[in-house]
Amino acid sequence: MLLEVRNLKTQFFTPEGVVRAVDGISFDVEEGETVALVGESGCGKSVSALSIMRLIPDPPGRIVEGQITFRGQDLCQLDRERMRKIRGKEIAMIFQEPMTSLNPVLTIGLQLTEALEMHLNIKAVEAQKRCLEFLKLVGIPDPQRRLSQYPHQFSGGMRQRVMVAMALICEPRLILADEPTTALDVTIQAQILELLKDACRRLHVAIIIITHNLGVVARYADRVNVMYAGKIIESGISRVIYQTPQHPYTLGLLHSVPRLDQPRKAKLDPIDGQPPDLADLPQGCSFRARCKFAEEKCAQEVPPLREFGQKHWSACWVADRLTGGAK
Amino acid sequence: MAARTKGKQIIRVAENSPMKDLQLKEEIRSDTTDKSDGTILEVRNLKKHFSLTSSMIMQKVVGLIKAVDGVSFSIRRGETLGLVGESGCGKTTTGRCILQLDRPTSGEVIFEGKDLTQMAGTELRLIRPKIQVIFQDPFSSLNPRMTIGQIVGEGPSVYKLVKSRRDLNERVANLLSIVGLNPSMVSRYPHELSGGQRQRVGVARALSMEARFIICDEPVSALDVSIQAQIINLLEELQERLGLTYLFIAHDLSVVRHISDRVAVMYLGKIVEITDRQELYDNPLHPYTRALLSAVPIPDPVVEGNRAPIILKGEIPSPLNPPSGCVFHPRCFEAKEECSREVPELKEVQPNHWVSCL
Repeated sequence: MLLEVRNLKTQFFTPEGVVRAVDGISFDVEEGETVALVGESGCGKSVSALSIMRLIPDPPGRIVEGQITFRGQDLCQLDRERMRKIRGKEIAMIFQEPMTSLNPVLTIGLQLTEALEMHLNIKAVEAQKRCLEFLKLVGIPDPQRRLSQYPHQFSGGMRQRVMVAMALICEPRLILADEPTTALDVTIQAQILELLKDACRRLHVAIIIITHNLGVVARYADRVNVMYAGKIIESGISRVIYQTPQHPYTLGLLHSVPRLDQPRKAKLDPIDGQPPDLADLPQGCSFRARCKFAEEKCAQEVPPLREFGQKHWSACWVADRLTGGAK
Repeated sequence: MAARTKGKQIIRVAENSPMKDLQLKEEIRSDTTDKSDGTILEVRNLKKHFSLTSSMIMQKVVGLIKAVDGVSFSIRRGETLGLVGESGCGKTTTGRCILQLDRPTSGEVIFEGKDLTQMAGTELRLIRPKIQVIFQDPFSSLNPRMTIGQIVGEGPSVYKLVKSRRDLNERVANLLSIVGLNPSMVSRYPHELSGGQRQRVGVARALSMEARFIICDEPVSALDVSIQAQIINLLEELQERLGLTYLFIAHDLSVVRHISDRVAVMYLGKIVEITDRQELYDNPLHPYTRALLSAVPIPDPVVEGNRAPIILKGEIPSPLNPPSGCVFHPRCFEAKEECSREVPELKEVQPNHWVSCL
């Protein structure tokens, strides 16, 4: 197992209270597979990724509990120096906004070679050669000229390609892609995701893709973890989750998304209400207030993740009542 | 009774309150400037070019951004026309030109029989209430220093659509409940509301002037999936109850398909295809439309497993330097030699299905 996250809890200590951004999540990633972390804004998916990378700003945030075992090592126990050796080399990250994640005052060449120098001790000519190789891999035309250009001279799609190149250049085992294409146009999104899929397959790199786009997940993920209010509420193989969701939130999400390939429904079936305040979570199941199937038990006890079939987990007291299936 | 966000309860509250919204419907129905074929808006050969000048002082034109380059379409009363395209295609600028927020470089915008491009001053100001807009960003489109009540009441107040303060308050309360917000929110400020709630305020504001025609510029893109569905349902419901006409501008094809009757696809300032919603998705003719449709992933792994997406080469060109001939030809997988020389015209190649492709 490449990555094992067990009972991860990350909290932010603010004047308004303690925000339980990640509230005890557990999941695995195997070598070479693509796992999705799906959820809407505020569910804790980005904070989960930042926690794995140990990039949570302290103060005000902190990993208060849990283990993150990567290739046998618990990342939570590592000191700064050793974590820095892993970050960027064995685990890389691609962020959503390529403009703010690339350094605007350094050339692309410098930013790419920085990682090479630091992690693989490759310098000068050798580094240049490798940079060109990876720029070609991500489909940037005229790479020689591009090496000495600055981020603002690239379009959004191009910048994201550079981010992909930066992530791959030290040949990591795992890439965390946090909403990598949300800010991009549809046709560019397709290009970047196909590129990522191909490159990772070729180099046998695992990806954790974090997104709210159910279509992207369906197209690229092998397994899916659905998050809500800081917890994973459903987890399983992609196909199974979409066909027979076992949690009212997942069911609600699938029903509220218009689909290109189906006859136009008279009305979408949205989930009423809004996500809860993470600093003031209700007792029992966090989804109860918006749930069509809620019972009394749901208000009292937090449902644990239970297995509903082969490797299909759901945290719901009433999952058996769901008729299931995305229509 | 408090207003709720559930569909049925909105109607119950509105019916109990003073009959303002029914009155709204009467006024809309009795429109006397209606053309016999029901066309509410006609855009003819609309162009908007922005000049780039070399310096502030010299004002020498060094480049031309052809944001909108010859766009024509019409919208019938009560229908929704979807305008779809990626960044830089000119869809938002088209919307702004219709509203006269940007004055077009050339072309005509004929609203209820009158050409808006030929109007100015008082004449234009009198027409403005009839065309309203809902903006994309619920965070920046509401004045953070005004209360919700002030935001929704500003239009009717300025245009003196109400006779007294009491009437204004009543209208505002009514509008808020129509869009599913609790009328007690009148004294709240935008930052106290969620994204979805703010967008509802945007909708209430658009309705406050009793407009019949509303331009929705990416009204749900900035919202979460489950909230998007709520707002889309709201817009559809309002259209049915109040007889509204929409120009729905968006880049999300699934949403556009759901809400529109007809869809126009734009690329680099031009319309490349325009037809009925179903026809566009069943039978896309323009290569760009086909690529766009195939690029949208469908939330179903089984379906996705059987699809082979068309991946376009290259980037979207800059409108400062558009390609010669057909603007799409450098990325087109079906491009022929003449495509780089000739500019294709929008032609009706099948009944009600217009394409501009050689």
